Formats: sequence, C-alpha cells, structure tokens
Amino acid sequence: MGIKIALAGNPNCGKTTLFNDLTGSTQYVGNWPGVTVEKKEGRLKGDKDVVIQDLPGIYSLSPYTLEEVVSRNYLVEEKPDVILNIVDGTNIERNLYLTTQLLEIGLPVVMAVNMMDLVKKNGDKIDMKKLADALGVRIVEISALKGQGTQDAVKACLEAAKAGKTTELPHVFTGSVEHAIAHIEESIEDKVDPENLRWYAIKVFERDEKALEHVELSDELKEHLEGHIADCEKEMDDDSESIITNQRYNYIQDLVSGAVKKKAKKGDMSVSDKIDQVVTNRWLALPIFAGIMFLVYYISVTTLGGFLTDWTNDVLFGEWITNGVTGWLESVNAAPWLTSLVVDGIIGGVGTVLGFVPQMVLLFLLISILEDSGYMARIAFIMDRVFRRFGLSGKSFIPMLVGVGCGVPAIMAARTIENERDRRMTIILSTFMPCGAKTEIIAMIALCFFPGSKFVAPGMYFLGIAIVILGGIALKKARYFAGDPAPFVMELPAYHIPSVKGVLIHTWERAKAFMIKAGTIIFIMCAVLWLLMNFNWGLQFLDGDLERSMLRDIGTVLAWLFVPLGFGTWQGAVASVSAEIAKEQAVATLGMLAHAASDAEADMATAIRGMFGTPLVGLSFLLFNIFDAPCLVAIATAFREQGSRKWGWITFLFQMGVGYCLALCVYQLGMLFTQGVFGFWTLVAIVICLAVCYFVFRKTPDYGRLSDEPHGADA
Amino acid sequence: MKTLRDVPVGETSTVVKIHGVGATKRRIMDMGLTKGTEIYVRKVAPLGDPVEITVRGYELSIRKADADILEMT
Repeated sequence: MGIKIALAGNPNCGKTTLFNDLTGSTQYVGNWPGVTVEKKEGRLKGDKDVVIQDLPGIYSLSPYTLEEVVSRNYLVEEKPDVILNIVDGTNIERNLYLTTQLLEIGLPVVMAVNMMDLVKKNGDKIDMKKLADALGVRIVEISALKGQGTQDAVKACLEAAKAGKTTELPHVFTGSVEHAIAHIEESIEDKVDPENLRWYAIKVFERDEKALEHVELSDELKEHLEGHIADCEKEMDDDSESIITNQRYNYIQDLVSGAVKKKAKKGDMSVSDKIDQVVTNRWLALPIFAGIMFLVYYISVTTLGGFLTDWTNDVLFGEWITNGVTGWLESVNAAPWLTSLVVDGIIGGVGTVLGFVPQMVLLFLLISILEDSGYMARIAFIMDRVFRRFGLSGKSFIPMLVGVGCGVPAIMAARTIENERDRRMTIILSTFMPCGAKTEIIAMIALCFFPGSKFVAPGMYFLGIAIVILGGIALKKARYFAGDPAPFVMELPAYHIPSVKGVLIHTWERAKAFMIKAGTIIFIMCAVLWLLMNFNWGLQFLDGDLERSMLRDIGTVLAWLFVPLGFGTWQGAVASVSAEIAKEQAVATLGMLAHAASDAEADMATAIRGMFGTPLVGLSFLLFNIFDAPCLVAIATAFREQGSRKWGWITFLFQMGVGYCLALCVYQLGMLFTQGVFGFWTLVAIVICLAVCYFVFRKTPDYGRLSDEPHGADA
Repeated sequence: MKTLRDVPVGETSTVVKIHGVGATKRRIMDMGLTKGTEIYVRKVAPLGDPVEITVRGYELSIRKADADILEMT
C-alpha cells in the first residue's frame, strides 16, 4: 500500500524546490508566482511506495481560478493520505490563510515552514510550539533550497498518515458565525463524507456554487439555511464569503502577533528595496527593461553566441566532423548514397540545428538568471499599464515571458488567468514571442544576410511585443473579447541572488529538451527530407541533382503560396512547411539544402543567400516563420487549452494570418520603396496595412450591455 | 469616500470596508486586504498604474481600478 503526500502551499513558497529535492526530479522553478500550473506526481527518492503530488501554488481554495479548483477538487475528492503544507516563513501571515482552509478538508496536515535560513538571517523568531498547539498540526522547519529538514518533513508526513486521524480544528470563527456553521453541519451531516463535513459546511455558508454541486440540498433546507446565513450577514454587515475571509485573517493576526517576533527594521532599506528603487523607477524602468532585453539578445545571439555558433557551424560541423566523416566513409568504400545521407542529411540537417545550440544555451542561461532573480515579476508590474490598455492583465505578461523559452509552457501558464476571455486571448497571443527554436531561425538569417547587425535579434523580440500589443488591441475590440479587464493583484517576490545550481539546472533542462528533439523529431524529419531530396519519383538516387528530386516537385506545388512573400521557390516552401513540425527544422532544412546544393568550397551562408537572393527576401522569410502559427506541439497544446475545436482553429488561423500578412507587407512595400516595383500584391499589402490600422484604431463598437462577471474558470 | 487609490505614496492607511462583490472582492481579500488591515503605499508603476503596496509584510501589486473598492481611513 503506497502513501500519497500532497504538497500544498502559496505560489512561490518553494513547493517545487521541495518536490525536486524529495523526488530527485528537476521540475522548473522560477522566482515568480504561478510557475506550477499543473499537478505533478513523483516518487520519493529512496522509497518508491511514497508518491509525492505537487499541486499548483494557490493563495486560497476559492472557486474562482482554475488552479484553485484543480487543487481543492484533488484534495477533497481524491483524498491523499496526508497534506504537506509548505509555508514561507518570511511571509507567514498570508501563508497561514491557506493553512486554515487546508485544515478544514479533514485530512491529516503537516506544516513545513520553509526558508528558515532566511528567517534566521533576518533575525526573526517564530515560536513553532505556539503555532503547532494553536493549529493542531505538527510543524517541521525546513530549507528546501539547501535540502535541510526535508527528510524530517517526510518522516512527519508518514507518521501523520499512519496515525490517520486529525486533531481538533483551531477556533477560527467567532460566536454567531460558528453557530451558523455548526447548524449547517448538522443539516448536511448525512449528505457528505464525515471527514469533509467542516469543509462543506463552510462552503455552504459561503454560498460556493462549485462546492454546492456536490451537496444535494432540498429547496426547503436551502431556504432554511439561507435564513441563518442572511441573519449572520445582517449582524456582521458583510456578505458571508467576506465574513469568513475576514475572520480567518483576524484569527491569524492574533496568532502571529503572539508567536512571531519580527526584528524591527523601520527606515532601514533592504537590498531588495534598493534594487527596486532603480529598476522600477518612474523614469528609468522602461529604458532599463529595454536595455536588459537588448543585452540579453545582443550577447546571446550577436556577440558571444554568434562567435560560438560561427565556430560550431563552420569549424566543428563544417570542417572537422564533415571532413572526418566523409574521409572515413570514403576509406571504407561506403556507397555514395550512404555518404550523402550521413553528410548532407544528418550532418547538414541535425548538425546545423545543433550548431546554433550555443546561442540558445546562452539565451536560456541569461533568461534563467532574470527569472530566478525576481526581475520578471517586476516586468509584469512595469508593463501592466500597457497591457491594460487592451484589456489584458499583467498576468497575461507572464505567459509571454515564459514564451521566450518555449511556447508550450507559455500556453499552459495561461491557466492562471481567471477570466476566460483573457485566457483565450493570451493563448492566441503568447506564442508570438520568439521562442528558443525561433531564435535559431533568427540567428541563421542574421548570420546569412545581416552579419554583425546588433539589431536583428533584439528587434525581433521587441517586434514580438509590438505584435502582441497590436493584436491584443485589435482582438479586444471584437465582440467576444470586449469587456472589463480582470482584476490584477500580484505578489512581488523579494529579489534574491539566483542560485548557480538552480540556473544551471534550468538551462540544462531546456537545452536538453532541445537536443533530444534534435536527436528524434529533427533527425527523422531530416532523414525523410533527405530521401525526398535525393531520389526521384522512380526512387533512383540522384547524387546531388536536386532539380529532379521529389522534394523539388512537392515544393514547387506549394511554392505559389509564398510568391507574394518573395520566397516562392521550392526551397523556401519546403523550409517553411517543414518548420511547422518544429521551428528549428527550418534551419535544418536550409542547412541540408545548402549542403546538397553547394560545392564544397562555398560556405553555408553563401549557399543560403543564393537561395533567397536579397536580404529583403531573407527578412520576409524570417518574419513569416517566426510570427506565423507555432510548431505542431504548441498548436496541439493551444487546441487543448482552448478547450474547443472552434477556438483552436481561430487561434491557428489568426496566427497564420498575422505571419503571412506581416511578411507580405514587408516584402511588397520593401520592393516598392527599394526598387519601385508596384503590382497587384503591392495593392494587397496597402489594403492589409489599412485594414490593420482600422482594426487597431477603430472605436470599440457598442455591443450593448456586457455582463461584468467574468466568464468563469470552468475548463 | 477615500479609497486606496487616493492614499499618497509613502503613507500608511487602514482598510475600513471592502466594496464590490464576487471574484474580484474575494481575490483581493484572499491576498490579505481585509477590514482593519494596514496598507503602506510604496510606489506607483512608471506608467502611473498599478501601485505597489506593502500588506501583512509582503509586497503586492494592485491596479488603481481594483484599489478603488477598498475604502480607507
């Protein structure tokens, strides 16, 4: 018989760090609230019978957000053996608010007070015995980051799970409220599981509709209880939900004032405050943000990363590996087709993708440092005003920050958004931020057409933000999305120096996923493309004569689609279509084509320049491939998270439309201005620009009275 | 009625009453902004909104529009 421990706690309280410590896994940890959006399961290191369940970070068990509903349904219905409640010792008052709710569920609870190292460093004192006695739980002091006390916490959990019974609940509520709840308990006693009685009684008092679905109350009983609740509300001059919240906090305040001694530090500014004074300064905040992101891309793509990539592409893969492998294959008299498969297909394709890995690793490293430090949460604070302009909350900014790494977790992160309209819009928009894989395309095009340019990579990042903002403004004016913005209350975590271990693990995890992809999907795609590229329809090996290949014919069939964008060649078509499998496949495909087309003398950049012609065409190719729909996996995630096929298609078509129109306008208007070419497609480009202006600048049509209530958080 | 929006930067004020209903009110109260809570207004974001406050010993960012439901002393 296995034992199940559920980890519950506030966002950013160190739950995932503890989860990783206990299970030996390397889930992603960041210094901002809301990193874990799905529940994750792992097994305890050293005892496989113990299952650890990591729940999303939550402040409360209210019915209003998806993560809260996911967590409470799990706790109430699936009944883990014990709840391990992680409490941030540096922020104990708000953390205990959730604790009071967890206790009511009726499962054994163990409390782990985390970040004890920081508490001690701050000179604060927490009287654990007092807390434990008042709350009726066992308390363990831990530091998840340093791995201190975590085994004791597990031991306490196992003991609590074995004992099975829970102690008396703390007396949180005052006379008349307690009276009303007791009355409800009596009335619903035979309708719910005995251990959940207290939980449901309070939910009935709060008129929590989601919980009421599980309690079948007759209309008569409902009316009777309603009378009691209403009396209580009248007495307290507040609604029942607020009465409960108020009393919880009053109880905690009393408890904490007796048990926690904070070292007074009036007038003394912490390091966090000092950093904040600069980076969220009224005048400096936005320039600093722009400067930091510019630097991140400048270092990782242009200077240091570019230098490393040049070396891996030209020397490591271009000379050493290619020449070495070719020489070896020739020395063993390998068939020409085999040499071609290995050199043009695998090294040309997968090798090119791996060649750009140094740039990605650097980008991931720098972004991880920013995330870990707590700066990302400040960006949401700084940018909220901009986002509210088009009715999105700063919360939508977090998925977009995550999107710089990968679009899939970005789409998942949209789950933290309460309001359905906002969530749908965030899913549509967040993958416009160039992800790691797209960075490869940026790096390749920059290398081929704009060598040494400082502005291409950061430019694409800021263009991504611009598209998100303009797209948001336009969407917000559509009938479905119109309405008031959702509330935005977000915790701003204290800065801390990123832990070397955390940053390295995080970077490595992302890079590893990327390299696994290169070894699997990209590898297979390259083999398939190589086959199509080197054989004709009669399956004869062509030995470098690409013009007769199957791939050329397939590409030619699709090429007309891309004529208005300037790269209506079979190579451009094949690269763009294959990029939908995985974005970095565009790089692999171009690498293979370059390898196969060029004689050994010319380098990759020259061969690719030959395929596209002018830098304008290269730019158009780049814009289309980074601002159209994301890769298949991300598209599938968007379909799933949108929860309906209709919304999945809307997302996909909107993204495709944006990428296509942007590339078309840039190419056509670029041709008009640089070469004076004016044709049918120039007109189309002008019409598109006017249409975009109309949708962005029009006044929101009057859709009549809109309900102020958010659409709810049901999935 | 004086709301949290009207509290100048650098001043501390106490919550008298929370207006509004439903999800917004619950979310704000869940974060510890309840009747009788002391709130210190730390700063305003560079673009004028939201505001950063200290409540129950931690930092919170809240929009002025949402801050309006908090009646202050």
